[in-house]
Amino acid sequence: MSTFLGTPPFPQAARTALADPQLRQNLAHATHTIRDKRARVVAEVEDWEALRQAGAAIKDHTLAHLPDYLEQLEAALTAAGAVVHWARDAAEANAVVAAVAKAHDVDEVVKVKSMVTQEIGLNEALAAEGIAAWETDLAELIVQLGDDLPSHILVPAIHRNRAEIRRIFADRMAAAGRPAPDDLTDEPAELAAAARLHLREKFLRAKVGVSGANFAVAESGTLVVVESEGNGRMCLTLPEVLVSVVGIEKVVPSFADLDVLLRLLPRSSTGERMNPYTSMWSGVRSGDGPQEVHVVLLDNGRTNALADDVGRTALRCIRCSACLNACPVYERVGGHAYGSVYPGPIGAILNPLMRGVGTDPQVDSLPYASSLCGRCEEVCPVAIPIPEILVDLRAQVVDAHRGSVTPKPEAIAMKGAAKAFGSGRRLGLSERLTGLALGLARRLPLVSAWTGTRDLPPAPRQSFREWWRDDRP
Amino acid sequence: MTAREEVLARVRAAVRDAASVERPTPVPGAAGGVELFCERVADYRAVVEQCTADELPARVAAALSGLTYVVPDGLWLDLPDGVRDEPTLSAAELDGIDAVVTAAAVGIAETGTIVLDHGPGQGRRALTLVPDHHLCLVRADQVVPDVPDAVARLDPSRPLTWISGPSATSDIELTRVEGVHGPRHLHVVVVG
Repeated sequence: MSTFLGTPPFPQAARTALADPQLRQNLAHATHTIRDKRARVVAEVEDWEALRQAGAAIKDHTLAHLPDYLEQLEAALTAAGAVVHWARDAAEANAVVAAVAKAHDVDEVVKVKSMVTQEIGLNEALAAEGIAAWETDLAELIVQLGDDLPSHILVPAIHRNRAEIRRIFADRMAAAGRPAPDDLTDEPAELAAAARLHLREKFLRAKVGVSGANFAVAESGTLVVVESEGNGRMCLTLPEVLVSVVGIEKVVPSFADLDVLLRLLPRSSTGERMNPYTSMWSGVRSGDGPQEVHVVLLDNGRTNALADDVGRTALRCIRCSACLNACPVYERVGGHAYGSVYPGPIGAILNPLMRGVGTDPQVDSLPYASSLCGRCEEVCPVAIPIPEILVDLRAQVVDAHRGSVTPKPEAIAMKGAAKAFGSGRRLGLSERLTGLALGLARRLPLVSAWTGTRDLPPAPRQSFREWWRDDRP
Repeated sequence: MTAREEVLARVRAAVRDAASVERPTPVPGAAGGVELFCERVADYRAVVEQCTADELPARVAAALSGLTYVVPDGLWLDLPDGVRDEPTLSAAELDGIDAVVTAAAVGIAETGTIVLDHGPGQGRRALTLVPDHHLCLVRADQVVPDVPDAVARLDPSRPLTWISGPSATSDIELTRVEGVHGPRHLHVVVVG
């Protein structure tokens, strides 16, 4: 799974983000607005907690029986006329999409906004093969034309304001197709209209569409795409050929299970009772939509997460982004600091779970990008215990570095504590040294990241042992 | 080993010791009717009106006044002036038509959603996508209370399009703009 190239470990990346007042202002506005909308529509549902637990149970059940459901999905898709491909990793999935595009002799594809195709770096892989992949979601278009990175799962261009977007459209649209109108202002409605015209010519001529899927129904081979703008419907309906890249955790057993998930997702994600458009299709429908349909079932690290007894529940995630909006850390630093297409609390667990810990300092820093306040778990529509997984991953990071040349400061401290608590004499000695140690802690570079932002209590003049020995009546 | 065999083998190994989890019991939905449906459709800033079967032709004529429109086969209201999708219209031809008139499969009161299953009177998917106005006729007996009731009525082997208001985006500073790529005008008429 690719990360944003060159992103430094979280603490460094966060410092850069925190120094950008425009970014902080946009993020605060966005996260608070969506958070409030979500709270209002969630409060309308009589038994939201029962729905969450049902959503969690559907996903847990599916994951526990994933081999069976994947084979059932494959059979149903094939029976419905789709061609099913399997991909161990990003390179294999990208190769399938490129091969389909080449088989139809096209030099461009239109894309539905999809987290998974960002995860596998599909656009870059297709570009290397001489195929342009046009993003058609408004925010993704802003990100693509601006040669930028997405910063939020739901609203990827939330770090840009309207003036910046106007400039990007005015400067960059012409090179990609229909130019922006000369008199374009920074009114959101005008900017959206410019995107409509720019993309419409691409939709009308597109031969190959590429999508992800929010859900894949095992019993019927139905794929589901949830969206707002209609660009998804365009890509899923108008091209002759459709390729959908689907993570293996997206499967649900039956069509009836969509009931629960479609009640949970829009309310959690955009704070709407229902999103404007949801498309469902099962393979090929004669005379309606693409007549050649491919589905790529992708692993790319998902089985690593699946094998983790504690972290497995992260694969319940339905990519709503409620945890991002609820997170006090995300709210201040934004998505780029996480160095991945999956930012925020869910990114802080998904990235290490899928990619493994102990090899990349950037990934190893992510489980610490949290105050463990627990808001993410509270708002999660499928009740993923994110704080518990973060703590477990921190332990895994420490374990992975045990015995390495430069052990983590926490490891040294804990080792010291184990030694001190292991004997009464040593504990007595260390208590006498507490005052000295606290003074030192304020100055030591290794621990000043902790102490610099916290009030350390003054050390008592006398330790408990000393008091016991001297003052006992 | 093929990619298929290897991925499946990894999945099997990963869940070998996973505890089985029972599938959940259904969670009942809310209990609204046609009134709520109309309120909720209007919340999305779609146009919504209610009328009797007798009033319908005049309402439809008023809604389509001055517009060119396509009418799918099998619509239960006779609209002889509409363009037919026969022979099949190209995407570019559809782009030159102002509006489309369709029936629906289900209306969902709680969420203000119409669902098309692209059966008789609803046309193939492109018909309700490319023209800028969508006039959708929903019979009162097609309105169900909530999402579970809709899912129970729908057939997953058909393509399904769930529509909740006009196309919309909040991608620029979270300002809601109605109308990006799908129809910018959604007009729902509940009949009966």
